[in-house]
Order: sequence, then C-alpha cells, then structure tokens
Amino acid sequence: MNNLTDKESLRYSRHLLLEQISESGQLKLKSSHVVIVGAGGLGCPAALYLAAAGVGHLTIIDPDTIELSNLQRQVIYKTNHIGRDKAQLASQQLQALNTEIKIDAQTVKVEESNFKLLIANATAVLDCTDNAASRYFINQACVEQQVPLITAAAIRGEGQLMVFNFKQQKTPCYHCVFPDLAAQDAGLNCSNSGVLGPLLGIMGSMQALECVKLITQPTKVMFNKLLTFDAWEMSFMQFSLTSDEQCSICRG
Amino acid sequence: MNVTINGQPAEFSDGLSLLDVVVQHGAQAPFALAVNGQFIPKSQHAETQIKTQDSIEILSPVQGG
Repeated sequence: MNNLTDKESLRYSRHLLLEQISESGQLKLKSSHVVIVGAGGLGCPAALYLAAAGVGHLTIIDPDTIELSNLQRQVIYKTNHIGRDKAQLASQQLQALNTEIKIDAQTVKVEESNFKLLIANATAVLDCTDNAASRYFINQACVEQQVPLITAAAIRGEGQLMVFNFKQQKTPCYHCVFPDLAAQDAGLNCSNSGVLGPLLGIMGSMQALECVKLITQPTKVMFNKLLTFDAWEMSFMQFSLTSDEQCSICRG
Repeated sequence: MNVTINGQPAEFSDGLSLLDVVVQHGAQAPFALAVNGQFIPKSQHAETQIKTQDSIEILSPVQGG
C-alpha cells in the first residue's frame, strides 16, 4: 500500500495522532469505498464526516431536489441551493471539503440504481433513507452481497442505530428486527411527524463513527445491537440482536 | 406477576407468553420486543415465557432519515 502524501499527512494529522488509527488506519480509510443512500438529515452529517475523514471513494445516492423545509436539518445545503439535485450538490460540497477523494453522485432512487453491482466491492453501506421500502431493499442487497450495513433512523426526538456485518455467519439483519413494516407511504415520517434537527446530526455522525471504526478498528464496532436514543431525555438504550430463524431475507 | 414495560410497572397473571403480555398491554404492530435487554425475534414472541421481574421493551420502528 502507498504512503500518505505530505498534504494528506497534514490534513489527517489529528487521526494520525490516534494510536487506534495512525498511518495504517488512514491508509485503510483512503482505500475504502462507502456507499451512502440518502443525502438528507442523516446522510448530510454522515457524508461530511466520512469525506473529511478521508474515505477514498464515496458514492451518494438520492433522487430528490433540495427544498426550503430541508434546510432545518440537512446541513450540507445552503438557501441558494433550493431546487438543485441533492446528490449532485452534496457531491460538489464534499469535493470542496476534501480534494483528495473520489465522489460519485447518483440522482436516482436506490431501487432504480444498479445497486447490487454498485456495492459489490464496497467497504460498507450507510442506510440514511426515510422509508421502509428502501430500507428493506438496501438490507436485502447487503445480505446478498455480504456488505456491512450501518443503518440509522430518526423521527421526532427518537433515533435508532444498528450495524450488521454480513461477511459473518449468523448475523441478524434489518428484516429480522422489523419484519412487518407497512408499505412505503404508511407510518411516521419527518414530513408528518417532525424531527429535531440536531438529532439527525447525532445519528448520522454515529453512522460515520461506526463506519470509521469498521474500517480502522472493526473489533470495536457495535455489531448486532439496536441502539436507541431519546433526545428529549438524553438517554441511550442498547439491545442485543439475534437473527430470526424464520427471517425470509437472511434465513437466520 | 409484576413486570416492567418500557420502564413502567405492570401486573399480569402468571404463565403468560411475551406475545400475550404485549397484546394485553395494547401494543400496536409493528414493533420489536426485547426482554431484559435481549431482542426476541418475532417467531419466538408466542413461545417466550415471561416471569416476574422481567423488563420488557416495546420498540417502535423509526424510519425517518
């Protein structure tokens, strides 16, 4: 593996000082490919931190355009970006943040992207979407392609985070935990229930954090747990997950 | 038997399954269930016996992003 350039050594110096990352970890980040699905409230902070951290290749997938009501929490975008494609705009902003990395933008729904091929050699996928149909689709593709999945969600003041390493045997999947979610348009979402802006920053940053750990210190990752966060009470809970032997996606 | 559901004390007759308890409690699907910090997969809800002092969590899925 190549060494870091002088510019990279300076850019990433605060990582290089950490014994858990150091130059070997930073080189692992540089040679990683992370796919972020959804460039909204979760995807914005997650993508900013992963780009800043020096993940060498990022793919951002989102079909939406920026709306005024997004700006309360989707922290990459500015007021004069309204109407533009999120994936394109996010990718430009991330490229401006870090000129050393490669960023692809896909302005299509994840279901209409060539997703399985796209993630076949990916280091990890971040599910930052806002609906059950996409979450099921992403989970199934990650199970089939054996790509680690870092999934988070937030509504009102509640957040949830789960990390699955599908390279390992007997790993639960998203569908084991929530097997009976209703169709895409049912249930709570941010436009009918509201969401606290900084809560997205916390949950998306935790996705980025677990992703950096997955790449540099995988034994430290919170695999196979459901972490819940109550923003109003400032309280976390953790539940150990097991696969469901009757799961139709991962078959336990 | 005395249990807690999402941190609140609750009382049920003995010998109930996890599914019985959450249905009697009035939980509305979809939800994930955990007993004493351990997630219980859906296929085991009906066969998991609840005993006194168990701590049950009913976890509603969050989908927003």
